[in-house]
Amino acid sequence: MYIIIVGGDEVGSRLGKELLASGHEVLVIERNAERCDHLTDELGSISLCGDGCEMAVLTKAGIARAGTFIAVTHEDDDNLAACQIAKQKFNVPRVIAKINSPKNEHIFAKLGIEHTVDVVGLVLEHIKEQAGISPLIHLLSLKDEGVEIVLLRVTKDLPIVGKPIKELLPDYAASPLLVRKGHPPVVCTPATVLETGDQFVFLIPSRDIELLRASLVGAGQGGK
Amino acid sequence: MNVIIMGCGRVGAELAHLLDAEGHKVTILDADTKNLQRLPSEFGGIALTGDATDEDVLRKAGIAEANAFVAVTRDDDRNAMAAQIAKQIFDVPKVVCRIYDPPREEFYRSLGLEAISPTALFARLIRERLGN
Repeated sequence: MYIIIVGGDEVGSRLGKELLASGHEVLVIERNAERCDHLTDELGSISLCGDGCEMAVLTKAGIARAGTFIAVTHEDDDNLAACQIAKQKFNVPRVIAKINSPKNEHIFAKLGIEHTVDVVGLVLEHIKEQAGISPLIHLLSLKDEGVEIVLLRVTKDLPIVGKPIKELLPDYAASPLLVRKGHPPVVCTPATVLETGDQFVFLIPSRDIELLRASLVGAGQGGK
Repeated sequence: MNVIIMGCGRVGAELAHLLDAEGHKVTILDADTKNLQRLPSEFGGIALTGDATDEDVLRKAGIAEANAFVAVTRDDDRNAMAAQIAKQIFDVPKVVCRIYDPPREEFYRSLGLEAISPTALFARLIRERLGN
């Protein structure tokens, strides 16, 4: 597939490299000439120096035959403009924007760009995970469905330890998966009691994440 | 009229002064405080430092009560984004933005934005002045 990436910084160049390695045809559009040279050195001649929000540049890039368009510059307004042009002017089937401010996610969605990635948010999540700061680790978002997959690591200081999982989220209809040290992974029952060191995988509606978070730091009152 | 202007360059400052002198309620925003010094000393409106592509900044600037929004920073993409936020998120009735790049002016018009390209406008004007 032909994939156009706008923005050749860390994210753009690594993404370009990986997509190239998996056999796609890739073009990285980068405004900064010096960075373009750097991209050429690193990836070969797959970069185009120019403004990825300009029609002329996009036309030169052959946007009409692109299957996917990804904008990953540091500026949300640039990413929005590039993606809107790709989607609404050139009808690129799949358009993805990096958002630098998480506040902009709903704005992009309202303006027709539904697929956004909060790169910094993901990095922070990962750092918190490594630092053991948050018991809740975000694994995956199924944005179209409004569902998240999260991992709960039960540490001894959590007020919910020793209580059955149903107290965590009384209205939660699905069953989380439990990974307990020395045991094979199992599907929980509502009566499963949380032990220190347990890990639970929840498939949960995005709107309930805060509820789950609240019940973890609260006294295990299920967010009520 | 209650107007919010984003971008206090020459055009933004001039427009703010004009509307203020006519007795309209004017709030002007610029991400760079220095630019706000362009406003004449008699300007009676509100001048704020902030980025109008940030919806919280727009809220603080009183966009909920505004009936017009103008985006005239030097950056087409910022103008387009702020104008779309004003129109689509805050339902401001009258939204105008400057888009230097003529093809993009046409594109944003196709999205329903009132976009003006000084580039195209001025080129046409000069062409007319040149006569036959």
